[in-house]
Amino acid sequence: MTDWLSPAEWDAVRLSLRVALWATLINLPVGIALAYALARGRFPGRGLLNVAVHLPLIMPPVVTGYLLLLGFGARGPIGGFFESSLGLSFAFRWTGAALAAGVMALPFMVRAVRLSIEAVDPRLEQAAATLGASRLWVFLTVTFPLIIPGILAGTVLTFAKGMGEFGATITFVSNIPGQTQTIPLAIDLLLETPGGEGRAARLAALSIALAASALALSEWLSRRVAARVGGQ
Amino acid sequence: MMLDVSLRHRLGAFTLDVQFRAPSGVTVLFGRSGSGKTSIVNAVAGLLIPDEGRIVSDERVLLDTAAGVRVKPHRRRLGYIFQEGRLFPHLTVRQNLGYGAWFAPKGAARADLAQVVDLLGLGALLERRPAALSGGEKQRVAIGRALLAAPQLILADEPLAALDEARKAEILPYFERLRDSVSVPILYVSHSASEVARLATTVVAIEAGRVMAQGPAAEVLGNPAVLPTGAREAGAVLLARVVAHHADGLSELSAGGIPLLLPRVAAHPGASLRIRVAAHDVILARTRPEGLSALNILSGIIHEIRPGGGPGAIVAIDTAAGRVLSRVTRRSAAALGLAVGQEVHAVVKAVAVATTDIGAA
Repeated sequence: MTDWLSPAEWDAVRLSLRVALWATLINLPVGIALAYALARGRFPGRGLLNVAVHLPLIMPPVVTGYLLLLGFGARGPIGGFFESSLGLSFAFRWTGAALAAGVMALPFMVRAVRLSIEAVDPRLEQAAATLGASRLWVFLTVTFPLIIPGILAGTVLTFAKGMGEFGATITFVSNIPGQTQTIPLAIDLLLETPGGEGRAARLAALSIALAASALALSEWLSRRVAARVGGQ
Repeated sequence: MMLDVSLRHRLGAFTLDVQFRAPSGVTVLFGRSGSGKTSIVNAVAGLLIPDEGRIVSDERVLLDTAAGVRVKPHRRRLGYIFQEGRLFPHLTVRQNLGYGAWFAPKGAARADLAQVVDLLGLGALLERRPAALSGGEKQRVAIGRALLAAPQLILADEPLAALDEARKAEILPYFERLRDSVSVPILYVSHSASEVARLATTVVAIEAGRVMAQGPAAEVLGNPAVLPTGAREAGAVLLARVVAHHADGLSELSAGGIPLLLPRVAAHPGASLRIRVAAHDVILARTRPEGLSALNILSGIIHEIRPGGGPGAIVAIDTAAGRVLSRVTRRSAAALGLAVGQEVHAVVKAVAVATTDIGAA
């Protein structure tokens, strides 16, 4: 097995999993909150927020990476704040790769969750309110259980995006083996290295396998949820 | 226990302007579709905030736009039974029933789960999910869920309208039991004359966003001037007691001492019933008819004659059994020379009274 991929490439795989996992974990609460606000909220600036969430989807990834560098880099205003208050730095570290993956995947999470919130009959939420549930309880006991399939779909998309993000990552945190070199960045480097095609192909196959397993897992989970909601 | 409602609200070109009082028992908001009944109930629930209004439930101010009081729906202590049930699809029947109870104040006097399950016949359904229930079963669960929320006010918005006749006949008795077993006011929206006749303690007749009449059911339904769903649906309510069941399939009842014969009713001798007698099933005669197949003849004095817009007229007759309405043509009224204060004989064919128009009093 160790011959199949070199230790540096296994590092890339582990790093990709870690980056994708953290991007997903952070995106879940943020994405659900944004999706709820966009689906059910009526507040000034809602349209603007919608555009902001979708920007990473329509902008060139390099531009997203560049904006992250400006904002979250060592000398960026937000990056400086995190560094001084939490001791958390993003520049040229795996945390920056996770941030880039999270930002790039946010529109996928928000879209998937928002669609499923919009599919929840608001009259059920009204019924819960008349039975004594406050807005938070309505969300926790009625809305949330009914949107689990959408959350699962968003989770898989986010995870897959986190595994595969390239443009924003390489622009924001560069291609540093062991720190920021995720699978796609490693593949990119191998393709430019003489004799690296074989290993590039193996990494590519592995990343396809990981993405497919994530999809299969979420399909299985959402079938179980659907059976519970619509079932006997 | 008392609910006082006063509202004014504009909905496009339509203006709702109502004021009424609902005591204990069932108060039916009775009117055509589109007359504003559902908006009234939603305002009481807090799901609609009217332009102006004041709603007081048993000295608890739920809404007072002048004073800036707007209690949120979840703090109004309601049990709202919706037309479409609105059960939570991801919860079992047992969890649906327990939902409101979980949010009710800890010290609140609440109905007992076992009793409600028994009252509504839900025992076999508890572990099922709503998708596996029939329309009638869903509505029974919705009633139970509202009851178990320890409500201080029960709202029902046409809870039977989405059901077929057989299911309606199945659910109506549960509402009759509800009326007789809870002390909190029940505000019930309906456009069905027979539901009103069977359930209502108090009737608030609504037409085009305004209250036409309000008062005890027999009084409002016996008023020929108040026909919120049209003359075709006119009918008065008689209170009667079951005397005996006869071998030929008829039941003998007594309304104010006057015997009434009806097709076999599903009630034991001694039970009190409400019987809706539709105005179009009542024939009038100046002299007491003889040699007639109809079994019930109620003699009385004409209280009012109200010509309708078409060829018909509604005649209100005060009999010893109670107020009876009769729908006749204006031509017949003229031919008979009917006049207020005159004695007439109202003839009711026994089989004309539908079993769906008979309910527990």
